[in-house]
Amino acid sequence: MKHDIVIIGGGPAGLAAAEAARESGAQDVLILEREPELGGILNQCIHSGFGLHTFKEELTGPEYAARFIEKAEQLEIPHWLSTTVVDLSRQGDSLFVTCVSRERGLQVVEAGAVVLAMGCRERPRGALNIPGTRPAGIFSAGTAQRLVNLEGYLPGREVVILGSGDIGLIMARRMTLEGAKVKCVAELMPYSGGLKRNIVQCLDDYGIPLKLSHTVIDIQGKERVTGVTIAQVDEHMKPIPGTEEQIPCDTLLLSVGLIPENELSKAVGVELSPVTNGPKVNESLETSIPGVFACGNVLHVHDLVDYVSEEAEQAGRHAAAFVAAGGREQAAEELPVKPEGAARYTVPVTISPQRMEDQVVIRFRVGRNIRKGVVKVYADDKLLYSRKRPVMAPGEMEQVVFQKAWLAGGETVIRVVAEEEEAQ
Amino acid sequence: MEQYDVIVVGAGVVGSGVARELARRKGRFLVVERAPDVCEGTSKANSAIIHAGFDAEPGTMKAKMNVKGNRMMDQLSEELDIPFKRVGAFVVCFAKEELPKLQELYDRGVKNGVTGMRLLTGEEARALEPNLSEEVEGALLAETSGIVCPFELTLGMAESASKNGVEFSFDTEVTGLERQGEDWVLHTSKGDLEARAVVNAAGVYADWLHNLVCEKKLHITPRRGEYCLLDRTAGGHVSRTVFQLPGKYGKGVLVSPTVHGNLLLGPTAKDIEEKEDTATTAAGLAEVLEKSALGVKNIPARQVITSFSGLRAHEDGDDFVLGESAPGFFDAAGIESPGLTSAPAIGEYLAELIGEKLGLPENPDFDPIRKGVPKLKEMEPEQRAEMIRENPAYGQIVCRCEEVSQGEILDAIHGILGAKTLDGVKRRTRAGMGRCQAGFCSPRVMDLLSKELGLDLTQVRKSGNQAQIVLEKTRGEDQA
Repeated sequence: MKHDIVIIGGGPAGLAAAEAARESGAQDVLILEREPELGGILNQCIHSGFGLHTFKEELTGPEYAARFIEKAEQLEIPHWLSTTVVDLSRQGDSLFVTCVSRERGLQVVEAGAVVLAMGCRERPRGALNIPGTRPAGIFSAGTAQRLVNLEGYLPGREVVILGSGDIGLIMARRMTLEGAKVKCVAELMPYSGGLKRNIVQCLDDYGIPLKLSHTVIDIQGKERVTGVTIAQVDEHMKPIPGTEEQIPCDTLLLSVGLIPENELSKAVGVELSPVTNGPKVNESLETSIPGVFACGNVLHVHDLVDYVSEEAEQAGRHAAAFVAAGGREQAAEELPVKPEGAARYTVPVTISPQRMEDQVVIRFRVGRNIRKGVVKVYADDKLLYSRKRPVMAPGEMEQVVFQKAWLAGGETVIRVVAEEEEAQ
Repeated sequence: MEQYDVIVVGAGVVGSGVARELARRKGRFLVVERAPDVCEGTSKANSAIIHAGFDAEPGTMKAKMNVKGNRMMDQLSEELDIPFKRVGAFVVCFAKEELPKLQELYDRGVKNGVTGMRLLTGEEARALEPNLSEEVEGALLAETSGIVCPFELTLGMAESASKNGVEFSFDTEVTGLERQGEDWVLHTSKGDLEARAVVNAAGVYADWLHNLVCEKKLHITPRRGEYCLLDRTAGGHVSRTVFQLPGKYGKGVLVSPTVHGNLLLGPTAKDIEEKEDTATTAAGLAEVLEKSALGVKNIPARQVITSFSGLRAHEDGDDFVLGESAPGFFDAAGIESPGLTSAPAIGEYLAELIGEKLGLPENPDFDPIRKGVPKLKEMEPEQRAEMIRENPAYGQIVCRCEEVSQGEILDAIHGILGAKTLDGVKRRTRAGMGRCQAGFCSPRVMDLLSKELGLDLTQVRKSGNQAQIVLEKTRGEDQA
C-alpha cells in the first residue's frame, strides 16, 4: 500500500497540514490518528480563547477543531482513526509507516512524504525527582483536564499545582469552577511559563496565589495524597532551608513542561534540537531526512494553536511540493539561522535563499523576561530588521517574517537577536 | 471455620515461591495477603538482580539459597513465561589496595559453588564495558549474574500456584495466630482460618508474626533503599550489572540494565523505624545519582523517569531464618538481598520440609507451565499481525509509551490472578511505566477496569483501599 503523503497525527497540526497539502494539489493524503476522533488535545480544551488570530473570534478547543475537521471532511481526506503508528523507517528513498489498529490490524504504508504531527506530552513527576511517597492523587494537569472535562469526574477537592504552564493555569480555574479549592500554584522559575492572559483570567480573578521561585520538596500520604511541602528556591533553584511550608491537600497537579513526542522521529533517524527536543528543520519545515516534514508541538511547543495551524499549513504545502517535484530541490546554499541574546532557539534552523518562498516565518522563544526589548535580524553583521517589543516572556512565542528581498547574496549566517533596547 | 493443610502469610516473591512448590503436592493450600495484589511489599521495589552468589558467607542459608535459586532461574523463566536475562555482573573497585578484597569475593564465590567468575584489570573490564569509570582499578566479572522482573517472577509463581489449585485471599490482613490442639488458628480481617501448618512470609512484619508464637524472638529492621529509573533510551548505557565494592567511597550503589530495557540506579541503605515508610528523600536520590556516577561514567541523569524506594527486611542475625520455628510454624523471615534470587529455592526448601512433616503426597497433575500476558511490542511484525487478526483488541494501543494494547490490558484484568487496580495493570503489562508515567493511559485504563470489573470510576484504585483516583462525579445523567 502506498500513499503520496502520510500525516502522523490528526490534531490541529495534522489537520491543517493535510488540508493545505490537498489544496496545494496533492490528491493522495492519509491522516493516521491514534484517538477515536480527530482534533487531538483540543477535544479536552473546553475553555475559550482559541482562534483569535485565525478566525478573529474566540472559540473553545472543540469548536476550533471542528472548523478543521469539517474542512477535512469536505475535502474528503481519508483518515484512519484509533490507529497508532508504531514505527517509521526508511529504505533507500522510500519511507515506511507501520501502524496498528483494531480495524485494519498491522499495516505497513509506504509514503512519498511524511508529515510529523504527533504533538507533545507532559513531563511527569519522575522527571523532576520530587521526593516523597507515591500515592494516588498526583496527576499531570492534562490528565486531570481529561478526567474533568471528558470523563466528568473530579480528581480532587484540595489542590496544589506545581508549575505555571498554561495547562496548569487553565486547570486552576477549572478545578475551582468544579468546586475544588486550589490552594496555590508554585512555580520553580522566577517567572511563569504560561500566557499573561491566563495568569490574569485563571489565577488573579479567583484569588489563587502564584508563588514564584517555589517548588514542591516533599509529598505526603501513603495511599492518597494528604499534603505536600513547598519551599522557596534560591537563584540556583535549590530549596532555601527555613522556607518550608506544609500544605494539607488531597491532590497535586503537575504542569512542569511539555516534551515534543519524537520517538518516531528518532526511529527514522531525524536529527533533533537539544533545545526544543523537536526536529531540526529547514525553511520548508523539512527535517534532516528528505521527505519528512514536521509541524506543531512535535516540532516545538507552541503557545497558541493559531500558530500551530499556520505552521502546519506551510508543512503541508511543502510536503505537496516535495511529492510533485519527486524529491527535495537542491540548493547551493543553506544559511544557518542562529539565536542570540535572549533568543533560545529558532525554527527553522537553516534557510536556503534559492528554495525559500518570498517569506519565511522564523519562530523562537526567549529564555527570560524582557521589558523594553527589541528583536533584530542580521545577515552576518548587516542589520536586516529591527522592531521594538515592549514585553517578551518565556511563555510566549515570538516571530519574525523573514523576507527573501532582504538577501543580496553572499551571506553566510542569519542571526536572530532578542535583547533589551539599552543593550545596544 | 475454613480448614487448610497450609496457609502461607504473604504473597510476595517468597510466599508465592513457597505456594508454587506446595502445589507440587496434594493438599488444601491458601495464601493470605493484606494488599489487593501479589508483590505489593518488599518484592516490588528492589534491584531486580539474580545474584551469582559470591556475596554471602559460605555455609549460610543466604549462600545456599542464592546459588541454588540462581541455577533454577532458566527453567523457571521458561516454565512461567517471564523475562530473565543472564547479563553478567561486575564488582568494581577504585583503589589498588582494594584488589585483595575482590580476590576474597572470588574465593568466597568458589566456596559457595559459583561458576563463571574472572578477575579483571580496570582496562580489561573497560574493554568489555566501555562506560565503566576511568577510576575502576579492577573488577570481578560474574557471568551467571542476571536480571529479572521482580513483579513478573512473583506473579508467575503465584499464578502457577493458583492454576494448580492453591487458593489466594487478597485484602486479608492477619491480626493474630493461636495454637489450637495440633493445629493453628489464624485470625484475619476476613475471619478465622485453620491450618495444620503456617508459613511466615510476611516480609518486614515477619518478626511480629514469629514473635506471637515462638520462644526465640526475631527482630527485623526495615532497611530502606532508594532508586532512580531511567528511560529506555538510557537502557544500553551498560550491558551488565555494575556493583561497587564497599570501600573507598563507602557502600556503593549499582547501575544495571533492566529486562525491560531501562537503566536502574540504586539503592541507598538506611535503617528506619516505620515498616511502611517507602517515601523517597532529596538526600537519598542525590546520593543515588552521585554514587552511581563513581562506577559508571556519563550516566544520562536527565533521563530519569521515576524514582522509588523499597524496604529490605533485615534480621539481627544477618541470615535468612528458614525452617520450623514452632511445631507446624515455618519461617521464611529476614529475607533481604539476595531474597529475590533465593525465593524459588526457599520455596522448594520449605515445601519439602512441610511436605514431610504433614505427609503430603505428590500431586501427579501438577502442570509447571504458565502463560503470561503476551507482549505485542516485542513480537515480529507477522506474529503481531496474526495476533491482531485473532483478537483485534491487540491492535488498539492504550499506553503509547510502552505500546500496550487494550487486548493485553484485558488479558491482565482477566488473568488467573487478575489485576484489580491501576498498579496491578501497570505491573502486568507495563501500561503507565513509560516515559509519560501514565499521563495518557491512566484514564483509559481506569475505564477498562471500571467496565470489566463492574466498578464505578470512583471505585477504581491506584493500589490500596484508600487509593481512590477520582473522588466524585461532576456531571452526567447519574447526577441528581
